[in-house]
Amino acid sequence: MGAELSRHTEGQGVGASVRRKEDRRYLNGEGEYVADIQVPGMAEVAFLRSPVAHGKIKSIEVPEAYRDQVFFAADINFTKPIVAVSAAKGFKASDYPALTSDKARFVGDLLAICIAPTRAEAEDIASACVIDFEELPAVWDIEVARKPDAPRVHDHWADNVYIETRIQTGDLDAVRKAAAVTVRKSLRMGRHAGVSMEGRGVLAHYDRRLDELVVHSSTQFPHVVRTIMAECLGISESKLRVIAPDVGGGFGPKNNFHPEELAIAALSMKLNRPLRWVEDRREHLVASPHAREHRYELCAYADAKGRILGLEAEVVVDAGAYSVWPWTASMEAGMSAGIMTGPYDIPVYHARAITVATNKSPLGPYRGVGRSGACFAIETLVDAVARAVNREPADVRIENMVRPEAMPYQSATHKLYDSGDYPECAKRAREAVDFAGVRARQARGEPDGRLIGLGMASYTEQSAHGTAEWVARGLPVVFGYEPALARFTPDGKLILFVGIQNHGQGLETTLAQVANQELGIPVADVIVRHGDSSVSPYGMGTFASRSMTMAGGAVSVACAALAEKIKRIGAHLLQAQVDAVTLANGRVHVGDQSVSFVEVAQAAFLHPERLPVGEDPALEVNAVYQPGRSTGAFSYATHACVVAVDAGTGHVEILDYVVCHDCGTMVNPMIVEAQVVGGVAQGLGTALYEEIPYDENGQPLASTFLDYTIPGPTEVPDVRVLHMETPSPHTRFGIKGMGEGGAIAPPAVVINAINDALRPLKVEIGETPATAERILHEIVAAQEARRP
Amino acid sequence: MKPAPFTYHRATSVEDAIAQLSDPDAMARPLAGGQSLVPMLNLRLAPVGRLVDLGRIDALKHAEDQGASIRYGALLTHAAFEDHRVPDGSNGLMPYIGGQIAYRAVRTRGTIGGAIALADPAADWLTTVVALEGEIAIAGAKGRRTVAAADFVIGPYMTALDEGEIIEAIIVPRRPAGERWGHYKATRKTGEYADSMAIALNDASSRKVRLVIGATEGAPLVMVKTAASCAQGASREQVAAVLHEELAASGRDFSPVKLHLHRTTALRALQQAGLS
Repeated sequence: MGAELSRHTEGQGVGASVRRKEDRRYLNGEGEYVADIQVPGMAEVAFLRSPVAHGKIKSIEVPEAYRDQVFFAADINFTKPIVAVSAAKGFKASDYPALTSDKARFVGDLLAICIAPTRAEAEDIASACVIDFEELPAVWDIEVARKPDAPRVHDHWADNVYIETRIQTGDLDAVRKAAAVTVRKSLRMGRHAGVSMEGRGVLAHYDRRLDELVVHSSTQFPHVVRTIMAECLGISESKLRVIAPDVGGGFGPKNNFHPEELAIAALSMKLNRPLRWVEDRREHLVASPHAREHRYELCAYADAKGRILGLEAEVVVDAGAYSVWPWTASMEAGMSAGIMTGPYDIPVYHARAITVATNKSPLGPYRGVGRSGACFAIETLVDAVARAVNREPADVRIENMVRPEAMPYQSATHKLYDSGDYPECAKRAREAVDFAGVRARQARGEPDGRLIGLGMASYTEQSAHGTAEWVARGLPVVFGYEPALARFTPDGKLILFVGIQNHGQGLETTLAQVANQELGIPVADVIVRHGDSSVSPYGMGTFASRSMTMAGGAVSVACAALAEKIKRIGAHLLQAQVDAVTLANGRVHVGDQSVSFVEVAQAAFLHPERLPVGEDPALEVNAVYQPGRSTGAFSYATHACVVAVDAGTGHVEILDYVVCHDCGTMVNPMIVEAQVVGGVAQGLGTALYEEIPYDENGQPLASTFLDYTIPGPTEVPDVRVLHMETPSPHTRFGIKGMGEGGAIAPPAVVINAINDALRPLKVEIGETPATAERILHEIVAAQEARRP
Repeated sequence: MKPAPFTYHRATSVEDAIAQLSDPDAMARPLAGGQSLVPMLNLRLAPVGRLVDLGRIDALKHAEDQGASIRYGALLTHAAFEDHRVPDGSNGLMPYIGGQIAYRAVRTRGTIGGAIALADPAADWLTTVVALEGEIAIAGAKGRRTVAAADFVIGPYMTALDEGEIIEAIIVPRRPAGERWGHYKATRKTGEYADSMAIALNDASSRKVRLVIGATEGAPLVMVKTAASCAQGASREQVAAVLHEELAASGRDFSPVKLHLHRTTALRALQQAGLS
């Protein structure tokens, strides 16, 4: 490890823990977010949102004084609704309009736009409007939605199911007969929000000189938003500029095309007036696209040693009122069922994935999409199998894993795992958490009476998937590639124009490191520009753990081509052979002679007479990159944690948390480690704290941070991160994506640890968040059941 | 999350504040530290026509040691107790309580009088002043009066305060020097409101025990029978049984989980106070 580390800290290229360039402006309070931007004549927007979950809108009365400040669907009737249809057979489409005019389908559904000089005045107008609803029974839960006589969220649908898909690999009957043990499990994962520090926000105005609509949006993918927004507005993309300024965290909820974006853009166009909407925390919790809400029915068939022969799974996801663009309502259930077997060699697998519509905020992508649920399902099941055969879960887990010599490995769900050593990763995590020491401590008992538990969970994380994967999922857009335009300035600095969007990932630093790797240019001389559809080449944005692999690959390809040209020009200036020169520290070297990139760039841009014969002037290259195989590079990890459960209060304390992970070649280990820890913090929110329950009227019961708890500094332990580096054979430098991974395993590992702790009480938890109240409920119920 | 329009009055004296609050048509509310009221205003949950800011009334910010008791001005912050900037007659209980309310940022603004006047059942001071057998000094248009802390809270967010009245001070009797206290609070996470909290006081020299459980969907519960059984030297099992019975007979509709939780916090508070 020591030798490896010293290699990483040398220089500024791939593998160096370079400090983040972008942090200076953030730490100095100089970042610029949608709420910071000022446009003359701008009005602020408050949306009038539905207070009921399900109701026909009979009328909305606007006080006389506000008549010209409130706008309805009819005022922007030139817009098309947002329609996100999966290519999967039988998928039921939903029209998600900018403003709804027929009926409200969830608490928070958009009814009208109120504009005023300040947000407070706009809210006054919204609260003065009187809505007359014919209230309809709310479809507030999965079970309610699936009843044959349930009210319909979308009136013309035959039932409330968006889509049901199946996976059938192998002979289940044979496995049923052969199995020594059959283990069943029912699990629930709660619904929660993304809770980025900055909420969503949109500012639209018309640029008269350029004759284009300019939309600032706090989004993860400005280019793609331009495409769908132009279509919904009925204008050409050439007349629309979408800018994502500094974005204060995304995590998935900013990776959809939102009706708020469409509504603000449309009304700004119609009124020819700058308009801005800034999401507040309550709107974010109630009405931004939600995360998770899965239910699982699982059955594992195993031999007497716990070797899993086959798996049956039913995944049901509550996708809320509308299908979000471009992911569609089917993504969450489809991904969960599609990755369920995870790191395990399970040859026989049958699954049903069902996505239902309810009167709740639409479900969208959130860090770890689908996989947090899949990991929660399979990993709690593996522990249950181990208990059923009376063996250590860690041993059963490792024995069931795909062996390193089986790589590349095709899973039962036709995923192609490219590389890695899953058992070794699990063993290192087990060692680091001091497995034997924890078991000894459990046997001794705690002086304060708390119960100690040890949990482990492993996963594979498909990342940087390209064309093949997105085509297979049947999405409206196929996210197959990333571009990079690498352009020198005449004074020898490099600007990278990229299609990703950096909102916390450190990409303004890591992409510069890739340029350094190819060109030997100091990171300080490289500027990364992104987030503006009029500045960068068309790109797909930042999501699905793709940006480092995809944009990093594109920057590498562009810079490698630039390196060749710089070598030719530099060799010419040095009167040397091209193959004799090298690039380092912003200079072209031959022997002890050198010329600077400034001299090379001056020749290229300002003095073509100094160039070699036949060399084109200028110094820029535009490249696109796709990984060698578009089925994805598979990162993987094992998390292990130790908890103390207080049976008197149900309170859980995390005593230790270890992550051993492998994301291939690390461009910046410091940033990788921070991303892992940040992901774990969010995953602990899913595991223990975050939830938006709904009552039977479809009212969300958590709409402020009073009711909605997130882990804070005192709840997030000092996560210890161990790195393994198995380069992917399919990507430039062997990089694998890793942005989401930290958030995938915590629900599984924490629940496993809690259940390990609760074994003496014969109590198990199968639901997240595992709040103190839920744990206490199980303990009390078990006590009462034992009472004579 | 912006408040509806209201007028703002910065009160210059207790009398000025009372005059401003006594106008029945104004929908006037007093503003102390604002740690609960301001978020409620922003959420448009509290209809307020006139906000009467007590923050500049110096008379409400002093503590006075009166020998047998200490009189705390209603506008003393939680941090003033935490930082030992006011005299203490509770053998350290009040400074301890002041130091574990919410987060430090809240404690530097939130006030003891504001917390008690709001009467959130889960508020720390409510349970504390009931346990310490304190009194609430009230000022209003009709004059001044004093109410025992245990009688001050009528129900969740409901108090003995009449229209136009404010809390002027909290008077806490000096506790016996040898008395031990125990405190246990169960929260979802650090800084959140209590799901249950209990305070036990144990004066071994006079064999007096007092036990109060808070966050009980109403006024804090003074557990007289449980305290008596402790004082009589009952075993831990006997105390637990009496506690269970007393909680069940309290008239509050506790779920089995809440019952279990209140029992836990009460027994732990008693244990910390050196009992059972």
